[in-house]
Amino acid sequence: MQAPAPLFEFLLRQGDNALVLGHRMSEWCGVGPALEEDIALANTALDLIGQTQLWLGYAAEVEDEGRSADDLAYLRDPYDFRNLLLLEVPNQDFGRTLMRQFLFDAFQVPWLTALGQSSDQRVADIAAKSLKEARYHLDRSAETVIALGDGTEESHTRMQAAVDGLWAYTGEMFADDETDAAMSAEGIAPLLSSVREAWRATVDATFSAAFLTQPEGSFAHSGGRTGARHTEHLGHMLATMQTLPRSHPGAVW
Amino acid sequence: MTPATAISEAKVWEWLEDVPDPEIPVISVVDLGVIRGVAVDDQTVEVTITPTYSGCPAMSVISLDIETALAKRGVEQVRLKTQIAPPWTTDWLSEKGRARLETYGIAPPQEAGGPERCPHCQSQQVERVSQFGSTPCKAQWRCRDCLEPFDYFKCI
Repeated sequence: MQAPAPLFEFLLRQGDNALVLGHRMSEWCGVGPALEEDIALANTALDLIGQTQLWLGYAAEVEDEGRSADDLAYLRDPYDFRNLLLLEVPNQDFGRTLMRQFLFDAFQVPWLTALGQSSDQRVADIAAKSLKEARYHLDRSAETVIALGDGTEESHTRMQAAVDGLWAYTGEMFADDETDAAMSAEGIAPLLSSVREAWRATVDATFSAAFLTQPEGSFAHSGGRTGARHTEHLGHMLATMQTLPRSHPGAVW
Repeated sequence: MTPATAISEAKVWEWLEDVPDPEIPVISVVDLGVIRGVAVDDQTVEVTITPTYSGCPAMSVISLDIETALAKRGVEQVRLKTQIAPPWTTDWLSEKGRARLETYGIAPPQEAGGPERCPHCQSQQVERVSQFGSTPCKAQWRCRDCLEPFDYFKCI
């Protein structure tokens, strides 16, 4: 089998990040800790699913094999997904859900800003559209991280546990590989490592205001963006997410 | 039926003024700023629309409503084009639309990031309840004077 084109691979990574996090956020629908939070989580999910349609829609066109964005979302198996491991791990509590959202939003804002300068006009357009939503998400997730980190003893303990539990998944966001090198060479996207400083600055400022400590050590899980080694959680998530189109092929609303 | 030759772009814009936003029916899709272009080519009317938020579920209803409204005016061929760049901004809300939002009870968007005043009693003593609301384009606020909750149209 021929290796997939780097642009297709790159677009899957963008789309799968939005899709997997969007689905995780949607799992809160109806069970949020307060009505306002429930609505906020569902709205964030909605933005992310909308962004997924743009990325995977373009991916499907680039692939040119007759697959649609829906086919890519609903008919691929776990090892064909290209999302960060950070985004597929289970939500656990509300604090950990918002911490994960914050860690990703803090990456997504400088990343989409940089993609706005892409030599590929479609990539630049999708990034510019998504950036507006990502900025709004970051405002909220950073504010919530601070409110809970600097909240009660219980909320602080949970937020610190969330950082400790998720930290080893953050390194994958900045681990460049041959796809990233190819995108960078064509001016389609910068290297991931180029936005690390901007991410760190947001994380440092927010954690400092939230009285949260960054764990020591630089161990980073990897394998999500390449599809080489997803966690066992992704398959369970997809089983729920994909059940309808897989059980009823061709079903439409 | 209106003969196709009588259709002008200005006429189409006028007809679209009568298509309400499905979720905020006091303003039209033109007031909302999602209509980015109208082109009339022989028998075909092409309308270019842009989504407010990339996942806004109202977009398919808006498309359907536009097609229905134009069909009622005798337009036989409607082509809808979606465009995402430049991205939609609340700066594209019309002045008429902003005024209608406020009368309806939705505070219009402000650069400062929050409502200027309560749409019910005009008090400036307002506070945010949540950054999100009943649709992707709105947030929930409340008035500390009249104590009424209200929607605020997010500024993006």
